[in-house]
Amino acid sequence: MNDSASLDHPFPARRRWMALLARTKANHIAALLGNCGALPTHSTLRGPESGLVMVRGRAGGGGSAFNLGEMTVTRCTVRTDNGFVGHAYVAGREERRAELAALVDALMQDQDRSANIETNVIAPLEQQQAEHRAGRASKAAATRVQFFAMQTMRA
Amino acid sequence: MAYVAVKGGEQAIDNAHAWLAEERRGDPATPALSIAQIEEQLGRSVDRVMAEGSLYDRELAALAIKQAQGDLIEAAFLLRAYRTTLPRFAHSNPVETATMRIERRVSAVFKDLPGGQVLGPTYDYTHRLLDFALMDDESSAVRPVQPGSLETMPRVPDILGHEGLLEPDDRSDQEPGDLTRQPLTFPAERDVRLQALARGDEGFLLGLGYSTQRGYGGSHPFAGEIRMGEISVEIEPAELGFAIDIGDLVLTECQMVNQFKGSKTVPPQFTRGYGLVFGFGERKAMAMALVDRAMRAEELGEDVTAPAQNVEFVLYHSDNIEATGFVEHLKLPHYVDFQSELQNVRRMRENAE
Repeated sequence: MNDSASLDHPFPARRRWMALLARTKANHIAALLGNCGALPTHSTLRGPESGLVMVRGRAGGGGSAFNLGEMTVTRCTVRTDNGFVGHAYVAGREERRAELAALVDALMQDQDRSANIETNVIAPLEQQQAEHRAGRASKAAATRVQFFAMQTMRA
Repeated sequence: MAYVAVKGGEQAIDNAHAWLAEERRGDPATPALSIAQIEEQLGRSVDRVMAEGSLYDRELAALAIKQAQGDLIEAAFLLRAYRTTLPRFAHSNPVETATMRIERRVSAVFKDLPGGQVLGPTYDYTHRLLDFALMDDESSAVRPVQPGSLETMPRVPDILGHEGLLEPDDRSDQEPGDLTRQPLTFPAERDVRLQALARGDEGFLLGLGYSTQRGYGGSHPFAGEIRMGEISVEIEPAELGFAIDIGDLVLTECQMVNQFKGSKTVPPQFTRGYGLVFGFGERKAMAMALVDRAMRAEELGEDVTAPAQNVEFVLYHSDNIEATGFVEHLKLPHYVDFQSELQNVRRMRENAE
């Protein structure tokens, strides 16, 4: 997650769960939802459909924007039979992922269900993704160069 | 009459494509490659095809590589063709490379830069000896890990910039040009140049970058910083009205730092060339940064003498899909053109006699 941007975000909680869902394969979301008991049925209002997002960078890293290249993205909007509308935009072309992510987005807006979904879907995803990142970071940390020649010479 | 030669040949074409499919598959006794194998084990090919195809999708790039029998320019062409079938939903907020989750980060100008030097999964310092253990299914070596996370890693321009010795980034809110929607026109601004370089052919940019080092528009480059890692992409869909995070990309960024004598309006300082590419593409990012800086010659009041400084020359020839189209079209039937040339030459010879 882009931590610097989340500080002044109007809906940080929703941003958090959408980001977690965007990084989770459909089968895994479905498996976690299987632990949540009976769910309302839902219908799709839009999609799931695949398209493109033009990714932008900044000249020099911090300057004016430029168009770097496109990425595939799949979006979906669903409504649960009790009236909650959920959205998803997820990287890649996995349609079922977008639909399930939109469903979870809708369920999380339902205050009668959000605690259950948080415990059984969102919190485990957060932990798994944090562990994955920590794993990559510790591999990177092991390749950090330690310059100790000068200290050795002084000693 | 001109089209007589174009008719027919359907059977030959069908048979050629059937043979191609057979050749692509190779000996059926050898297991077929899976897309996942290409994605996982030929990652640098996948990165290159995504960069030059200008489409980030690892699975599609792997499919394109398989379909093209590993011909990476053909694979990039397949991705470019595929993207035209998809609608564009949005553009992202500019990615902030300062927030990259670093997997590699080196600087050739500061030994002790804040955050340190992180080698990552690099070929640097390998001996370039063929590893015959890879002939057989090898079990991957146990990899040391170091618990704990990396410190935050400020970008080198942010470190050097404080003293005013390094040119700052010029930031405007102008909508950037887009080569996928408007054809290239000149003078080309830096936003369009960077887009063209990011999707340009690695070999062409490498040769041009190399030429600047050998004296054709030299600008004394130092690799200020190279960083590679995952970065989050954000979009702001209109129906939501706020920014959402849609997933991660792996990007490689290069900041080249160059000597600059200064001009009438600018004091002596270091200038910069910038490279940013999809995937782990360090050679491409470095070459891009060299060529970006070379193309800034006119803006910085330097003489434009070398090929790499010639914006039109670079941008008109950096795209390998366009280049391959025009070079390879020469093999298509030119029977009528050639007949008329033949008649011309015969006539000229008759006149000369």
